[in-house]
Amino acid sequence: MFDELRKPGGKLKLAVPRGALLEETLDLLDQIGIETREVRGDSRSLVFDGGELMLVTMRPSDVPTYVSAGAADVGITGKDVLLEQEDRPVFELVDLGIGRCRMVLATQKGDVAPSEHQRRLGMMKIATKYRRIAETYFAERGRQVELVEVKGSIELAPLVGLADGIVDLVATGRTLVENNLEVREEIVTCTARLVANRVSYKIRSAEVDSLAERLRAVVSRGAEGAS
Amino acid sequence: MIRPIPPGTRDVLPDEMRELRAIESALLGAFEAAGFREVRTPTLEYAGALELGDGRSADAAYRFFDERGELLALRTDMTIPIARLVADRFGEVEPPHRLSYIANAYRAVTPQRGELREFGQAGVELIGSPGPEGTAEVVELLDRALAAVGLDESVIGLGEDGIWTALLEDSGAGPETIERTSELLVSHDLVGVEVALRESGLDAAVVEQAVRLTQMRGGSEVVEQARGFGGERFAATLDRLVATFQAISARSVSRRVQLDLGMLREIGYYSGSTIEVYDATVGEIIGGGGRYDDLMSKFGMDLPAAGFTLYIERIHKAQLERGGGSRRAGGGADV
Repeated sequence: MFDELRKPGGKLKLAVPRGALLEETLDLLDQIGIETREVRGDSRSLVFDGGELMLVTMRPSDVPTYVSAGAADVGITGKDVLLEQEDRPVFELVDLGIGRCRMVLATQKGDVAPSEHQRRLGMMKIATKYRRIAETYFAERGRQVELVEVKGSIELAPLVGLADGIVDLVATGRTLVENNLEVREEIVTCTARLVANRVSYKIRSAEVDSLAERLRAVVSRGAEGAS
Repeated sequence: MIRPIPPGTRDVLPDEMRELRAIESALLGAFEAAGFREVRTPTLEYAGALELGDGRSADAAYRFFDERGELLALRTDMTIPIARLVADRFGEVEPPHRLSYIANAYRAVTPQRGELREFGQAGVELIGSPGPEGTAEVVELLDRALAAVGLDESVIGLGEDGIWTALLEDSGAGPETIERTSELLVSHDLVGVEVALRESGLDAAVVEQAVRLTQMRGGSEVVEQARGFGGERFAATLDRLVATFQAISARSVSRRVQLDLGMLREIGYYSGSTIEVYDATVGEIIGGGGRYDDLMSKFGMDLPAAGFTLYIERIHKAQLERGGGSRRAGGGADV
């Protein structure tokens, strides 16, 4: 199996995101006939033979790194990750519709609206893990902010006065509520995407297209079923 | 104590140097055999001369003042310096001009990406020979150059600049939609292209055609699939691509050419054919080029032109991966 990973022209390598996206990703892959049982098991292995594809598991934020370098031919990760790593060139092929969440600006309940705060003080301090997305959002609107990059639970920052607000990804919004925060502005809605390396997309076009086509079909069936 | 060198630059040690020189001489041999004569231009140019060629691509990362206060820049590629050279020195010489180069170029890097600040390029410029014949001559030489460095499986992608704009104009899209979707296409965001087209209020059938176009790459069958798309402008642009492909086929080098209707290159001076070179062992393009028929006139000499460049370090990486086994010994080339 490890030889397969280094062979040019071997099975396509799909970067699979571990974490919150994993279950839904594997469910999608099941529906197009990829073998995912081993990934679901409690193996410490990072690489699995999925039948027609090799499955390479990793953190979602590493997917653009592997795919843009061609270490994986295709991959699945969130639009938030892709926006944050825009400078890593990958082809974005299919909106998979899973892992839907919102990138929002949130502040403490009872605070004045961020726009009002900004009007008075000219500047806001914003804590985030998504530096690039936040920077672009505020810069495009001509709003001055000072970004504070934190790695852990961002919700903490406004509570203890590190920042006036946060830019963060929200799925259900429960964490915000429990920390006395509320959504003030919606920045972008993010879903998971199928991405491809720019060389693999060209020279393994038949395989990549077939994968994209089948995933697209599953996604649109799912969307119809839901509506 | 270790004295570091700037990130994105490298020392080349004797074993690898021998391999890089072998690549360079194989490429030069192929260029010379085809009648392309080697030239050299200064590493430093006046920033103004580079900007004259193309504001965007000549956005040199490294600029400084000389002793008289003139603004100098390190070149970002060789096409613009050679355009300058030909315009200023070959005025009395009968075109076409066939020139080649092996040279380092300089670009800004993102830290910790393994990108090279200084990298080697080997390429040719054919100035004064219009498409489709001139393009076919360049593609034939590219095929030979790849063969000369042992990359028999590399693929030459051939696109046609303006095909996207033509389809959207024929379909009644406004300039804003064209600009927005072109940006998304250059950044390879095909999902974004589809969303932007839908939001633009274009007809669903038109949106579907445009989305399909972005995915069309392969042999001559893709041309047949795209026949009937758009209107007159699109048909004329597609015909130009077909004419180029036929001229390439007549030279029997179409075997490794992939027609790519969705290709849109970032560099601003291209017009007409665009070229990208791929190899399965390297995750990035190993070369690129195309036609730039409007570039020479910016230097006061109105001649059609085409060319390509190959990235020497990436060619080396492809050779090592194809050779197998030597990965560890040659790991330094992994850039």
